[in-house]
Amino acid sequence: MKENDVILRTVTRVVVFIILTFGVELFLSGHHNPGGGFVGGLVLSSALVLLYVVFDIETVHQGVPFDFRKIAAFGAMLSLLSGTAAAVLGKPFLTQGFGYFDLPIFGLTELATVTIFEAGVALTVIGTVVTIILSISKDV
Amino acid sequence: MNNILVLPMLLPLLTGFVLFFLRPSVKAQKIVSILSLLSLVAISGRILLQIRVEGIIRLDFGGWEPPFGILFVGDSFSALMVLTASVVSTLIILYAFTATERRMENMFFYPFAFFLVAGVNGSFLTGDMFNLFVCFEVMLLASYVLITLGGGKVRLAESMKYIAINVVASWFFLVALAFLYGTVGTLNMAHISVRVAEAGQGPLLSAVAVVFLIVFALKAGLFLYFWLPGSYSSPPGPIAALFAALLTKVGVYAMFRTFTLIFYHDEFILGTIIGTMAVVTIIGGCLGAIAYTDIRQIASYNVIIAVGFMVLGLAVFNEEAFKGSVFYLIHDMVIKGILFLIVGAMVYLTGKTKITEMSGLIRNYPTLGWLLFLTTLGLAGIPPLSGFIGKMYVGLGAVEGGNYFLLFIGFASSLVVLYSMLRIFMNCFWGETIINREDQRLFPARRLIPIALLGVLTIGIGVGAQALEPFVSDAARVMANPGLYIDAVFGEVES
Repeated sequence: MKENDVILRTVTRVVVFIILTFGVELFLSGHHNPGGGFVGGLVLSSALVLLYVVFDIETVHQGVPFDFRKIAAFGAMLSLLSGTAAAVLGKPFLTQGFGYFDLPIFGLTELATVTIFEAGVALTVIGTVVTIILSISKDV
Repeated sequence: MNNILVLPMLLPLLTGFVLFFLRPSVKAQKIVSILSLLSLVAISGRILLQIRVEGIIRLDFGGWEPPFGILFVGDSFSALMVLTASVVSTLIILYAFTATERRMENMFFYPFAFFLVAGVNGSFLTGDMFNLFVCFEVMLLASYVLITLGGGKVRLAESMKYIAINVVASWFFLVALAFLYGTVGTLNMAHISVRVAEAGQGPLLSAVAVVFLIVFALKAGLFLYFWLPGSYSSPPGPIAALFAALLTKVGVYAMFRTFTLIFYHDEFILGTIIGTMAVVTIIGGCLGAIAYTDIRQIASYNVIIAVGFMVLGLAVFNEEAFKGSVFYLIHDMVIKGILFLIVGAMVYLTGKTKITEMSGLIRNYPTLGWLLFLTTLGLAGIPPLSGFIGKMYVGLGAVEGGNYFLLFIGFASSLVVLYSMLRIFMNCFWGETIINREDQRLFPARRLIPIALLGVLTIGIGVGAQALEPFVSDAARVMANPGLYIDAVFGEVES
């Protein structure tokens, strides 16, 4: 049965980008303020889930052709490796570093290795949430 | 700073992720697995030797010093456990190479086996109470996947029970942690120990200790073992062997760690409650081991008896008994691995599960039969096999402490174990051969080799107990003197 969901589809097209932006904002602000990889990842994945709900799985898959299980595994591996890098450099495992750099557009910016770790967390969350939603929806 | 200490957990985790991407090629998965497992064994051995030379070592993650950061602490006890767990899981996974269905290999069997090993090793090494919870969860989540993998009606029913009971236990764990953190305001095990000693273990802290006891009892199958026989007898051989060899031992280890390091002040909890639980566990396990005719059930009840016996050492609470329990833990990981592999192989070969339905297998599979006989002797604690030395030290400890009743129960259980195992051996391997030599399923040598190696290991631990003794005494010494552990954690960081 085809429902009439013009409003939902139209709104989604706009709202998805707002959610994605908010997700990235949460992710980046997590360094000093509330937020971080886990919450950011949850918000980002909620945008994807909204897409899956409004459009069907095949359509979304054409636009976002990733295997989300692999994304989850890659994310977790990225986090682990960012911790291992410290061990390779002779610091205790999971040691993080940071420094201030003068970037062209942003000006003086603090760059921290913990962002890599957090990116891994975010990817893991996205991968896991989408995988769970997709595998639940398949059987119904 | 000893980054080597994180490797027993880091390496299996990384291997798990790499295997995840190698999904299309089972062969590549096997090669990576075996290389990783061998290096894991080498690393664990090195950690043990390093502890022998340098004393207790620790690693503060990210350089955050205790009591603020999370840390891994390696003492002889944890290093021995890690080494044994690594060796046993290597052999079991080696067996799984030839005994796992293609369908399961494709559904991430090996990655999750590695995550399980990572969780187990992490639980052994961690020096932080909350981190212990996290490592437990890593191990349990992997075990949820492994127990449900492949499906089937009975297995799904049993896995539902297994998951439900473990989720409840984990919830209790969190509640206990919340109580503990609310009371002493720290999660670092050594720091908790200091604060509990300063405050004295009053009624409130004793109540927290009892909640922890319930949690670990559920996980280890001590007294609260009702879930264990069903869930350990439903998965196929290698998975059941991994569970039986590793999972309950982690619960027992956690119990020893908490009650020797932190809550060692209350005689009533230690002697009476834990002692009673151990005795009831042993008796219940014995009844089950004799009553059932399903070989997988008999093997599962043998796990329960062993858990009871190890905890007897904790109830006796002296250095000699701790030594016995550590020896017995090492022995039990090996022997339960071999027992469940053989039982799984017997079920695979005959297609039957009850001892009344099998007969005369010795003609078809002589080596398997004699290996089972060796396991029987090892389980019963006949010298010079590995079970003997542990039982002897627990016995010596009990005599020293004057706990003759516990001693009697512990040693009487050996006879029941012997009887229950001989029942399997005599019913299944003796008697008239029912399987035609032409019709029998093949049992290739590459499957037999891992089992045989575990058999060699159980002889080796028994005969080579002298070589192991210094490490085990060191482990027992730290358990009997928690101050050593605390000093090592709060000592200066050497860089």
